[in-house]
Amino acid sequence: MTSYAIRRLLIAAPTLFLIVTLSFFLMHLAPGGPFDDDASLEPEVIANLQAAYDLDKPVAVQYGLYLGKVFRGDFGPSIIYIDRTVTELLTIGLPVSLKLGLSAMTMALVIGGSLGVLAALRQNSSTDYAVMGVAMTGIAVPSFVMAPLMSLLFGVILKVLPVATLEPRGALAEAVPALAPITPYILPVIALALPQIAILARLTRGAMIETLRQNYIRTARAKGLPQRDVVWTHALKAAALPVVSYLGPAAASVVTGSVVIEQIFQLPGMGRFFIQGAINRDYPLVLGIVIVYAVAVILLNLIVDLIYGVLDPKVKVR
Amino acid sequence: MALFAAQRDAHEALLSDAAALQGRSLWQDAGRRFRANKAAMAGVIVLALITLGAIFAPSLSPYTADDLDWMNISAPPSLENGHWFGTDDTGKDLFVLTWMGARVSLTIGVMTTIVALSIGVAYGATAGYVGGRTDDTMMRFVDVLYALPLLFFIIILVTVFGRNIYLVFLAIGCVEWLTMARIVRGQTLSVKQKEYVEAARACGAGPAAIIGRHVLPNVIGPVIVYVTLLVPTNILVESYLSFLGLGVKEPLTSWGVLISRGANSVETAPHQLLIPATFLAITMFCFNFIGDGLRDALDPKDR
Repeated sequence: MTSYAIRRLLIAAPTLFLIVTLSFFLMHLAPGGPFDDDASLEPEVIANLQAAYDLDKPVAVQYGLYLGKVFRGDFGPSIIYIDRTVTELLTIGLPVSLKLGLSAMTMALVIGGSLGVLAALRQNSSTDYAVMGVAMTGIAVPSFVMAPLMSLLFGVILKVLPVATLEPRGALAEAVPALAPITPYILPVIALALPQIAILARLTRGAMIETLRQNYIRTARAKGLPQRDVVWTHALKAAALPVVSYLGPAAASVVTGSVVIEQIFQLPGMGRFFIQGAINRDYPLVLGIVIVYAVAVILLNLIVDLIYGVLDPKVKVR
Repeated sequence: MALFAAQRDAHEALLSDAAALQGRSLWQDAGRRFRANKAAMAGVIVLALITLGAIFAPSLSPYTADDLDWMNISAPPSLENGHWFGTDDTGKDLFVLTWMGARVSLTIGVMTTIVALSIGVAYGATAGYVGGRTDDTMMRFVDVLYALPLLFFIIILVTVFGRNIYLVFLAIGCVEWLTMARIVRGQTLSVKQKEYVEAARACGAGPAAIIGRHVLPNVIGPVIVYVTLLVPTNILVESYLSFLGLGVKEPLTSWGVLISRGANSVETAPHQLLIPATFLAITMFCFNFIGDGLRDALDPKDR
């Protein structure tokens, strides 16, 4: 098990390297640079700026310099956020994005999973149809439509929750002061989780229905086990497998979804820095964020694979 | 003699009956099952209407996409002034814009899927047919890509190389082929080992004949199902890009662009968000229903 984890980490290293290299050359090989749009700058100033960011050197040299710095844990200075290093920006953005992403994933798992199990246990009942209808809507209506509608309803019309601010405003924060610090995150987390709730509900339902048809479930029922034990100890573990294997892709979509959600709710997370950086060609910032996101997703995939190995006796983790 | 004549007549009647009978192929069976699925058929009809609308509807309006109606800025939908879907905050007619957006969104959905389909089928069929170590390496590469937030590459591509619609086609297509490759590879792998393929090989069929005659027809089913699910996914990806301001550029518009603009004025003029969002959602529903219907029709053993 440990050796498997270590081997997977060793595979992760070249993956990360590939990502950094690909992103680096994609950005640098395109014509133009970060200072092109600024017509107010004198040519000498631009030359000085380019020298300061190593942009005057050949791309291959820049690449070498960058890799060297990253190895020492230095992501370099940001270009658009003057006087800030990328590391500083990441320490601002990462906690926000991490809170958002992890809460959304947890919420999606708990709610999506429960809804799916519920629908499967009452297959073809009105509960089942209701859950699947909601799930279909969650898949058809993207989060960037849900988010503005929810902030209109809960923020502007009902004034329950704060919108586009990290200040705890709104009726909920006043009524329950204990919840005040998390109120700014409620709407973004729900908006981010909804599509995943929908997908996970469908996935869990399918897996559960499949599992409940298995012979060993029939055996468990035949020997007189109560429904609760059949579901909890026998069915859930097997039904969890496809759900667990979806968690990797789910993490990737939560990461990409958070970019839009942070934009809509004006949260100072990594997604906003990423878009700002990409539009303004802030090479160090974009690369730094890509690295952090990639590490997060790779780690999560590793964890998912390890869980999978524990859950599925058929998978031999070598 | 009469006895034999009666027998012969009965024989001939049987033969002519048999000639009148038509064998049903698997595809005809699937078509029958699909047509019996009401949700899927509704999806096909609504989608056809939306496609027709995308082609013809803009010319029905008294306005064009460039008309700025200064008297009706952010006006709600109305029959009197001809702005059936209202106007946006520059006074442009949303009826025209929404249908123009439908053109771009649907085109992008289809074109990106064609790109993804070509890459995915070629990659998956190669990996599956060649097998062995090549297959391992190729699929390991897919696994690695699968886990990455690939949208970031699209964002980088689009911001760096400019927001060109062809680039959007290519960028999305180049990212969304992974599942296609997996499906095709899995099917190829299992079909390859079937007895009839062995029989074909024994009869002297070459690889090209085997792939064309035996492998591809058996791969088509799952691929068609996945294609109907990939088109809406790609429409969503484009909307996502447009929402971030990275999708198609003026004068082109897409549902994502309209949703993005509508989201900014959701407090004052919610119709600007709701109308394009409704069209997007209906299209998503249609494709999903069709996809589910096709899956049930083509893979009846799964029910």
